[in-house]
Amino acid sequence: MVVTFLRRELVLLGRQKADWLNPLLFFIIVLTLFPLGVGPEPNQLRIMAPGIVWIAALLSVLLAAERLFRDDYRNGVIEQLVASRQGLMAFVLAKAAANWLSTGLPLVLISPVVAMLLGVEAPAFVAMMLTLLLGTPLLSILSVLGAALTMSADKGGILLALLILPLYIPLLIFASAAIEAASMGLPYSGQLAILVAMLLLALALVPLAVASALRINVS
Amino acid sequence: MQFDSFSDFLAMGGYGFYIWLAYGLTYGLLIGLVVYCFWEVKAFHQNFRQKLARAQRIKQYQEAEHR
Amino acid sequence: MFKWLHPLAKPETLYHFCGRLFPWLMLSAIGILLFGNLWGLVFAPQDYQQFDTVRIIYIHVPSALLSMSTYTMMAIAAFIALVWQVKVAQWSVLAIAPIGAVFTAISLLTGMAWGKPMWGTWWEWDARLTSQLILLFLYLGVIALYGAFSDRQTGGKVASLLAVIGIVNIPIIHFSVEWWNTLHQGASITKFDTPSVHPSMLWPLLISLLGFYLLMLALVCLRLRTAILEHEQHRPWVRATLGGH
Repeated sequence: MVVTFLRRELVLLGRQKADWLNPLLFFIIVLTLFPLGVGPEPNQLRIMAPGIVWIAALLSVLLAAERLFRDDYRNGVIEQLVASRQGLMAFVLAKAAANWLSTGLPLVLISPVVAMLLGVEAPAFVAMMLTLLLGTPLLSILSVLGAALTMSADKGGILLALLILPLYIPLLIFASAAIEAASMGLPYSGQLAILVAMLLLALALVPLAVASALRINVS
Repeated sequence: MQFDSFSDFLAMGGYGFYIWLAYGLTYGLLIGLVVYCFWEVKAFHQNFRQKLARAQRIKQYQEAEHR
Repeated sequence: MFKWLHPLAKPETLYHFCGRLFPWLMLSAIGILLFGNLWGLVFAPQDYQQFDTVRIIYIHVPSALLSMSTYTMMAIAAFIALVWQVKVAQWSVLAIAPIGAVFTAISLLTGMAWGKPMWGTWWEWDARLTSQLILLFLYLGVIALYGAFSDRQTGGKVASLLAVIGIVNIPIIHFSVEWWNTLHQGASITKFDTPSVHPSMLWPLLISLLGFYLLMLALVCLRLRTAILEHEQHRPWVRATLGGH
């Protein structure tokens, strides 16, 4: 069932390219603006790189989150799913997976270019890849939660940011700490373990919250 | 009593500004909150009375038309 | 206990119950709060390290404690609203949220006014300050989320869900911020150990805390009453009690 939903999501994403291309472009644009804003000093950029990359990633995932459930809600797909009393959980998981494949994965793939732009060195670069690989699924799950909460709200937008940015904070802290530790040549497996723990915890609990949020929104 | 005079009390050993700032903000916000809560009650009652009066008027007109 | 609590789930009973409780709570809150604060301001001794700035403690610590216990209260109400579908629990979530937000703001502002003379900066990215700021965002999120729905019923339920999610997250956020903080700067200036507060300062502190608690409960009663009337205004009992025509 998850596979069926996932295929549907991917077909839809293939038809609406703006949905996943915009966040990606946004990510690149933010990263280009940062050196222009804080100055081209290579050392300074190298120090700030983990924070910059992660903040840009958070914001671009947030950008993609807004439209996550909108169309399905308007078409009545979600109402049907809630009414049929099955497949809601599979739908939620497929949504999160599709969201990760369309926004998280491209960010991971584009991160080598980003690392070059910001002058990140090899050890920090590996850590950046790893944290993005572990962290972006968590971002996707949480943004699915935020989108589910605000699904039938009249004004989404900034509200979504207010709701999910506090939830992103632990992730931001540990991910940038891991990259920082790596750039100083310290071991960072502890931070990665915490990222995995947070991801697993979210994977276990958040779909429940999302399913009940969807149910409330269509009732 | 920890202070010799009232001006001593206001000065707070040189930290008067910060202490009175903190207390001022606290009491300002608390009084604002209390006033807001009471205002809500008043606003509801006004609104409710207006609605009732309106319903009453409509009823009267309808009765007048029927006659 | 449940036998006693159960009738309170009925809006009309709760309305009258809060109405009877409110004047007592409000008057005693004002009296006790002023008494505790005046004791702290005038009669309590100054700290040997912090001099007179320690007098901010009589509003800072109570408001910080209140901000968290108010959130807990809100989350419990939200949980009851979601699981047992109790209407008044859902309304009380929204009645509590702005009050908690104000207490959180007070604790942040007084913390800043205390931090400036003691640490030399208005704002320190200290673990407690940061998690307190995030708590404020959570409160604002609950309020804003409710406001974003045109259907109050849905808005209340979704806001309750967010309150419950928030309480799962608060410990995670708190510990991660604490960890981040110790990593970045080390606990240096922010750590002022007061292993045991001297009774001469403890008593006014406890009395101020009690005053803040009573004030919070009084305001919750007042706002809950308004919320009940707001939601039940088409019921006959409201017209009967408000002396409608």
